[in-house]
Amino acid sequence: MSELLKVPTMAEFMAAGKQPEVLFWVGCAGSFDDRAKKITKAFVKLLNKANVEFAVLGTEESCTGDPAKRSGNEFLFQMQAVTNIEVMNAYEVKKIVTACPHCFNTIKNEYPELGGNYEVMHHTQFLKSLLSDGRLTIEGGQYKGKRITFHDPCYLGRANDVYEAPRDLIRKLDAELVEMKSCKSRGLCCGAGGAQMFKEPEKGSKDVNIERTEQALETKPQIIAAGCPFCNTMMTDGIKNKEKENDIEVMDIAELIANAEDL
Amino acid sequence: MEYLPRLLFAIALIIGIGYFARNVRKLIRNIKLGRDVEISDNKSQRWKNMTMIALGQSKMVKRPIAGILHIIVYVGFVVINIEVLEIIIDGLTGEHRIFSSAGEIYDILIGTFELLAFGVLVAVIIFWLRRNIIKLKRFLSSEMKGWPKSDGNIILYFEVVLMCLFLTMNGADLQLQLNGAEGYSTAGSFPISQWLLPIFDGLSNSTLIIIERAAWWMHILGILTFLNYLYFSKHLHILLAFPNTYYGKLTPKGQFENNEAVTKEVKMMMDPNVDPFAAPPEGAEVAVPAKFGASDVQDLSWHNLLNAYTCTECGRCTSECPANQTGKQLSPRKIMMDTRDRLEEVGKNIDANKGEFKDDGKQLLGDYITNEELWACTSCNACVEACPVSIDPLNIIMQMRQYLVMEQSAAPMELNNMMTNIENNGAPWPYNQMDRLNWKNE
Ligand code: SF4
Ligand code: SF4
Repeated sequence: MSELLKVPTMAEFMAAGKQPEVLFWVGCAGSFDDRAKKITKAFVKLLNKANVEFAVLGTEESCTGDPAKRSGNEFLFQMQAVTNIEVMNAYEVKKIVTACPHCFNTIKNEYPELGGNYEVMHHTQFLKSLLSDGRLTIEGGQYKGKRITFHDPCYLGRANDVYEAPRDLIRKLDAELVEMKSCKSRGLCCGAGGAQMFKEPEKGSKDVNIERTEQALETKPQIIAAGCPFCNTMMTDGIKNKEKENDIEVMDIAELIANAEDL
Repeated sequence: MEYLPRLLFAIALIIGIGYFARNVRKLIRNIKLGRDVEISDNKSQRWKNMTMIALGQSKMVKRPIAGILHIIVYVGFVVINIEVLEIIIDGLTGEHRIFSSAGEIYDILIGTFELLAFGVLVAVIIFWLRRNIIKLKRFLSSEMKGWPKSDGNIILYFEVVLMCLFLTMNGADLQLQLNGAEGYSTAGSFPISQWLLPIFDGLSNSTLIIIERAAWWMHILGILTFLNYLYFSKHLHILLAFPNTYYGKLTPKGQFENNEAVTKEVKMMMDPNVDPFAAPPEGAEVAVPAKFGASDVQDLSWHNLLNAYTCTECGRCTSECPANQTGKQLSPRKIMMDTRDRLEEVGKNIDANKGEFKDDGKQLLGDYITNEELWACTSCNACVEACPVSIDPLNIIMQMRQYLVMEQSAAPMELNNMMTNIENNGAPWPYNQMDRLNWKNE
């Protein structure tokens, strides 16, 4: 089935003398992490279905530098940023979509000062715009009536005030959206941000993802929806820790929609 | 007309306000010890934020109980201060209730003051119960032991005493008015202090005058003392909340500051035309910064330091902090309190050494804030969102992480591995950049 995926690169577009409609920034997790790669593919299927002319940078893409910056390594961050900006500016990139809120935040907010000015969208925003332009339709399918709770990624929600796009998409699935006690601007972090993903947590009484998973479980969900590959990992680990992996799925919004469409 | 009380009053006023002015000067000097940053954009948005957040208390009501009680105390204090104006004029001129010529308006004013004073009393008592009997978790953290705990209570006691004195003064005044005592013509309405009349009933006019005068004097001296207490207390927020919300961050919360010093270095490194060994041109400023990131208060920006003085120690930040909620040592409130404490220490050092800071072998990093606290932050911005007066603890944490990494290479080992991977492979994991598109065919 994977042969069906159309994933052209910027270099190919350039060779054909064309510009894609949008650059899909895959991100490190989306490129390398086994779980996140599934999200990447689900999103590509949706892009293909909606006939979006997109391209990826492929091997020319490199880490945005987010984990370096949040670790305090401003040098490494800026080196990464400047390199990526050079590549994207050479391709005259105007519009970017990404399924990673960290890439989204960094490129949208922190690249402009270093010379990279693009219109940047999170994939949930992009999917929503495809929907309102009539290029994509969503049907509930297998998710009709299911209890779904949405975990706000910090770098999408609080960091950039995007709360509604992912929720609108869940509602379109005819699912029952249930909110956790801390949600939207008061959403609790999954524990991965600020480069925590790459290190052991400090000593404490509990891991952050367990706390957040407990909040999610309080809503008695059938599915925990996420919009970030790192949140996805953290929540999946939390669900496993609670031995609920047979009852509750952690799914990216793009996956939900793609599955509902039987893609 | 007696001159002695008027003279004494003027002296008290001059001492009270003079000492306060001295502290304000010190405050400004200390804040200016911070790194210079320019915040002069978007003036209209800034005024709007100040009006909404500081004046309108828009963020306080996110927690309805504390929020509404706080608004009562806040409105009470602001409005009752009109009365202080009258007291000051009376004190200086030797008049009694000089505004009473306003007749009915005066009755309404005094009546309102009394109702508000009563509201303040009730709210303050509930606040005290929350701090001392109900034991809300956010008032029990380790950084709230000792002085911060006393400070919180002292402020409440001050307010109780001031409100009681105000009501006692009015009650005695009313009784004197009813007795037809000389100099106490009928003025004002006393919806609350009228209930005190049974206490005063039967006392001689001279005793009543002593009570009324004593309450009057203690009330105004109390206010002057309170004014001077501010500088040493978290109560400073009643003044600094205004500038602090004005200067608050306007960009998206996820946008962390660009470190300009690093940008310069990176540009030089990336520019093939720059000869790194060339001597700087004559007269050119050698723009190598003393330090990357922050290890002490002088490395932080003045805006960070203003934040520290503004912190009300309410702990809303800490109670929303994922690291703190799960038992880590990090508490964003403590970050702000430590910054202020260290800044005070540096200020005192400067005072003691004739205006020069003498190295005291201490710094914010290590002596106040530990590496463990800094590394526990998930950069989630919950603290920033929660703060009712637009304080940004995360900004300080990030500057200190920059110092740890760029000056001391003191990141946890796993983070160093992650960064080496980014440097070598363009990803935080040890995968080859050339494999980045492999997912397509998997
Ligand atoms: S940004 Fe850091 S300090 Fe602030 S709430 Fe989140 S984890 Fe805590
Ligand atoms: S930083 Fe803000 S939220 Fe935190 S204790 Fe201080 S005033 Fe309260």
